[in-house]
Amino acid sequence: MPKVILDFEKPIYEIEQKVEEMKKLGQSIDLTDEIKTLESKLDLMKKDIYKNLSRWQRVQMARHPERPYTLDYIQMITRDFIELHGDRNFRDDKAIVGGFAMLDDEPVMIIGTQKGRDTKQNLYRNFGMPNPEGYRKALRLMKLAAKFKRPVITMLDTPGAYPGLEAEERGQAEAISRNIFEMSHLPTPILVSIIGEGASGGALGIGVGDRVLMMENCWFTVIAPESCSSILWRSWEHKEKAAEALKLTAPDLLQQGIIDRIIPEPLGGAHRNPEEAATILKAVLLEEIKKLKKIPTDKLIEKRIEKYANMGDWEE
Amino acid sequence: MAWFRRSKESIDSATKKKDVPDGLWLKCESCSEIIHRTVLEQQFFTCPKCNLHFRIGSKEYFSILLDEGTFKESDAKMRSKDLLGFVDTKPYKSRIKDMIAKSGLNDAVRTGVGKMNGIEIGIAVMDFSFIGGSMGSVVGEKIARITQKARKSKIPLIIVSASGGARMMEGAFSLMQLAKTNARLAQLSDAGLPFISVITDPTTGGVTASFSMMGDINIAEPGALIGFAGPRVIRQTIGKDLPPGFQRSEFQLEHGFVDLVIHRKDLKDNITKLLRMMYQCK
Ligand SMILES: [Zn+2]
Repeated sequence: MPKVILDFEKPIYEIEQKVEEMKKLGQSIDLTDEIKTLESKLDLMKKDIYKNLSRWQRVQMARHPERPYTLDYIQMITRDFIELHGDRNFRDDKAIVGGFAMLDDEPVMIIGTQKGRDTKQNLYRNFGMPNPEGYRKALRLMKLAAKFKRPVITMLDTPGAYPGLEAEERGQAEAISRNIFEMSHLPTPILVSIIGEGASGGALGIGVGDRVLMMENCWFTVIAPESCSSILWRSWEHKEKAAEALKLTAPDLLQQGIIDRIIPEPLGGAHRNPEEAATILKAVLLEEIKKLKKIPTDKLIEKRIEKYANMGDWEE
Repeated sequence: MAWFRRSKESIDSATKKKDVPDGLWLKCESCSEIIHRTVLEQQFFTCPKCNLHFRIGSKEYFSILLDEGTFKESDAKMRSKDLLGFVDTKPYKSRIKDMIAKSGLNDAVRTGVGKMNGIEIGIAVMDFSFIGGSMGSVVGEKIARITQKARKSKIPLIIVSASGGARMMEGAFSLMQLAKTNARLAQLSDAGLPFISVITDPTTGGVTASFSMMGDINIAEPGALIGFAGPRVIRQTIGKDLPPGFQRSEFQLEHGFVDLVIHRKDLKDNITKLLRMMYQCK
């Protein structure tokens, strides 16, 4: 059972606990029928709750502290991962990890933002908030991949780029902008996967690609709902309203044409069955890579640029 | 801010009406010098005493940077759509409508082609007065189109930025404008054409995290606030006051993110010289 239970998940866990208790009791008395009834009720309840999550609840799911992170997926879906460090300029940013790995028979470059599981790890990973050197490391690795014609897979899970004093001194804006610029015409396939939170420029800094895939319980938009609330409503209290207004979930973004595909998660979210979540993710990545590899590089870049050039709408 | 708004309005009305009322005196918010309108205009809207660069709009920059009568505007009628049905304390739809009525502008950027000391260029200038110069679909699209036009006509591109960042009310669409503009700039760069970015007060957020930092040459006006995160957010993060001059143009010059900090009156001639040395201009 997860250590962290979100408010709206409580009824599910209550019934689950009951089922467990009855199973224990069932060793002395026969409760098979009662257990069956309860389990089918549980199944219906889960489907009902998880299919009808509000946008803010999706944000909470994306932030669930037991969700698999980049390194968890790398460990579950690849072999021979060799992490490569540093931007060759300032230092190694622990909030972004990357390296070559084998995805079945495909040698790929995998890069992602990395959160920590507890306070100590989070301090080490800076809560998944990269500094400029993180984006520059990512770009160095992407160029390395392009040099050897290896596909790039990125994994986005960040509350944003770090808004610190030193980040500004070292050019946070330039680092993010440079990555967006270079990724738009990088001569190798890029698959972007949003596996948790996709907050603003901090996410887009490793988030431009031929195909943008998004796991079911994630969010991706221009600003975190809390910050949006504080700016537009002048208070942190309106995060639910902000999340609704921003239309930031996977189904929203698919409809807006901003992402290309939703990756389904196990019922109840990736954290309830990380292995299954990883299996689904891996199958999608392999399928997508196979398709992208068939496209000649100049065609690929042209298609990528046109895709982004078509985003947005206006009156004229 | 109140002072700024007042000055902006008077600049607008001055340029709209032919007869500028005489004896219109303005006060510099930095050194409190009382300046006559005509003097301010002659000084390119900078304070003759302390050098403060007043915030000005696209109309003023076009007249400062381009040869008289050469500007041909593109996509002038393009306006924002309420893509998400966004409502905060006010519906986005009415926010746009009110802003258009109040400012006489259609959105936060104006683009076109013109001549700079005889050199044909593509140009975009942002208006901070329009919803904080925020970038939504219209800003992104107009910048992308003028970049395309520069590439196809083989002319240099100049973008004058002033922006608080991406326009939240367009959600992920506004974020994607960072990718759209930079993708077009990458093509311009691959075609071997020069792009000069002029960064003015203030330029932060999504606009610094996209086109404004991607110039072959980045030029800042003196004293402009330039950064990714806003000073308030950084102060909250680090829990300390920020050092004087933090994120100003001179700070960006010192840290290597702008090539030059130059006075507004020297922009046109310096850019012209650079373009002639960089590129076989038409
Ligand atoms: Zn002054």
